[in-house]
Amino acid sequence: MSDQTQPTFNPQVEAGELCDEPDCMATIRELDVFLDGELSADAQAQIRHHLDDCPDCNHAFDFHAELKSVIQKKCLEEEMPADLLSRIEQCFDTDFDGDGKIG
Amino acid sequence: MQYAPQLFAGAMRMTRNKADAEDLVQETYLKGFRSFHTFNEGTNLRAWLFRILTNTYINKYRAKQRRFDESDLADVEDLYLYRRMGTFEDPSIGRSAEESLMKILPDSEVKQALDDLPENFRMPVILADVEGFAYKEIAEMLDIPIGTVMSRLHRGRKAMQKALYDYAIENGITRPPADDLADATNES
Repeated sequence: MSDQTQPTFNPQVEAGELCDEPDCMATIRELDVFLDGELSADAQAQIRHHLDDCPDCNHAFDFHAELKSVIQKKCLEEEMPADLLSRIEQCFDTDFDGDGKIG
Repeated sequence: MQYAPQLFAGAMRMTRNKADAEDLVQETYLKGFRSFHTFNEGTNLRAWLFRILTNTYINKYRAKQRRFDESDLADVEDLYLYRRMGTFEDPSIGRSAEESLMKILPDSEVKQALDDLPENFRMPVILADVEGFAYKEIAEMLDIPIGTVMSRLHRGRKAMQKALYDYAIENGITRPPADDLADATNES
């Protein structure tokens, strides 16, 4: 099936370029841990150094950083019911289990 | 109770329903109130409350583990979504990748992709990617080794990427690769 016969719904959405140099592969392996901020300072500096030199890896890292941030923003979006706080506060004035203490 | 909205959002992700989320937050505050003497002043109150929230959820609300078929993820390679939809920039209008991803992925679909993860993957992803906790904190909250946190996170993220890609294909946001993906990427 040729590419041209397929309808293009959104031409600006394309596959990301990937590199297969050993340095790149080693860098991509650390992508998650790097973006999670869990690498040692040395390892982090090494990755940064590679990203400065390699636009392809840099692009892949950017994409995942954005994806992570988009997922977080969208999943934090919840409106707390207005009366939840007052209900919790009421609970604090109540001796639930009858042990003579509030709460 | 400055953390209540955050706890509520976290509880919504965990329980996936509003009534249980409200109960879970309420119970978290009660437990927190009763055991406040165990909180070390100067340490992270938010993390402490989330630990109570997570424990309470696990003990009381956690859904029965669905059996997860690992073969579902067998074809999902690293950088799954990036290899398929990695280029979002539209230089003509100066749109950034984030704006595009923000725009093309509706809130409801992203939440659904997270909600649909198998429980073992879902909790680490919620705690890391939504709540921003460190691997060590997540390992303590879920009582699993750090290596397990990392591998579950990795697999959970892959599964989410696959779900988001499936959504994009079904809704014509992107088109399936013309042939197989290897050919498509080698050509360029």
